[in-house]
Amino acid sequence: MNSAVKSGIAAMAGLIVIWQLVVTLTGVPRFILPSPYLVGVSFIENFELIAEHTLVTLSEIMFGLAIGITLGIITALQFEISPAAKFFLKPVLIFSQAIPVFALAPVLTLWLGYGMISKVTMAVLIIYFPVTSALHDGLTRTPSGLCDLAHVMNAKPLRMLFLIKLPAAMPNLLSGIRLAAVYAPIGAVIGEWVGSSQGLGYLMLLANGRVKTDLMFAALFTLGFLSMSLYGLITLWIKLAFRRFEAQ
Amino acid sequence: MSSSPEILVSGIAHLGGRLLFDSLTLQLRPGEWTALLGPSGSGKSTLLRLIAGLPVAAEFEGHIEADDKQGLSGRIGYMAQQDLLLEWATIRDNIALGSRLRGQACPPDRLADIIGAVGLDDKAEKRPCELSGGQRQRVALARTLLEDRPVILLDEPFSALDARTRADMQDLAASHLVGRTVLLVTHDPGEAVRLCSHIYLLQDNRLVEAPALSGPFPKPVDDGDALALQAKLLMQIRSGT
Repeated sequence: MNSAVKSGIAAMAGLIVIWQLVVTLTGVPRFILPSPYLVGVSFIENFELIAEHTLVTLSEIMFGLAIGITLGIITALQFEISPAAKFFLKPVLIFSQAIPVFALAPVLTLWLGYGMISKVTMAVLIIYFPVTSALHDGLTRTPSGLCDLAHVMNAKPLRMLFLIKLPAAMPNLLSGIRLAAVYAPIGAVIGEWVGSSQGLGYLMLLANGRVKTDLMFAALFTLGFLSMSLYGLITLWIKLAFRRFEAQ
Repeated sequence: MSSSPEILVSGIAHLGGRLLFDSLTLQLRPGEWTALLGPSGSGKSTLLRLIAGLPVAAEFEGHIEADDKQGLSGRIGYMAQQDLLLEWATIRDNIALGSRLRGQACPPDRLADIIGAVGLDDKAEKRPCELSGGQRQRVALARTLLEDRPVILLDEPFSALDARTRADMQDLAASHLVGRTVLLVTHDPGEAVRLCSHIYLLQDNRLVEAPALSGPFPKPVDDGDALALQAKLLMQIRSGT
């Protein structure tokens, strides 16, 4: 077991102990702050319900990640290929980020309905900018020596882009993808809060409304675990599949 | 490879309002090695970059032309101080980079011959991070050789290597770049003397032609004439005349 996992488990255990102590010592009502034990019991009792909603949120996150990352890569490459696209699209992209994504959620629900599409769109919107920005940044920082070499070799611009610039920018893109893995669950859950009938965000709102605070906490921790696992898996995938780009 | 042209550079350059080099004429004889010696910041690399058609910070007014009146684009091979290897690509793909960047097929036999010629047969499928500094420069040399260009510009390609590897690389480059018009930018008088039949000194904004040995090259590292000339050149550089 590596040290990051060990320290994570130790921190979690410490947090649970403090939490239990606070509940025991202050006698806070269970509908305000349930004890870790009660949250655990609720998790086991509602396992099927939580699993069902987790699957929905996970699907939204995965679709959001796939579409958001793809669109981000296409946009950054487009900026590099076409100065006109960069001229017109970059200000639009920056302006779109100036509008808080939270504010867009009700509009997206209005336009796209209560189903999965509005949540996936939220996740895409929140992922799109960091991926585009990270890759674009990397593409503009190709080592000058490599550009000189390609120039002397009479490189074709597209081949230069795919054989040198894009691989050289991979560490930036991979950082963007890691960020996306953290942001995607936020997008999906915000979408669910605004209007949905499924997903962990919906389950949390539902439990909160019915004063089932233990279930709300169980859903919250499931979401946290889901996000951390996703980040861990994506980091591991990057490490294994893209080692040669990371080792520059 | 097409025949190696003579190249003439004449002009004046300023860098940020300061004179970088005054009206100079640099002649690269066809099929021969020419050294451009000088201290850091003297404008050696700027001159090389101008010939290569690469962007420079300085403002240059003058002419760069080949004796056959054809443009130099597509006729130049380039090696820099850094090996400029693609860390994510195999050695084979690095060596064939030029063809890949132009979308041309690279004859496998020729590629194999060149990999063998620089002694990297067993490294072809490895990545640059698995190679030593000397081996990496061999890859850079092989990449330049595969381009098969008649004009070769070398911008201090051996300066980051240890003494033994540097001497080995000098010998290897000299033996493989015979018959090409080569410009070697260096700050090492010993390197210039060992490899080049013409030596120019660029310092104090002026270019002067210094004495050089006659062939064959490379000179042995213990060649008495070469060592004496190296000392003479170093003294000339130190005195600034």
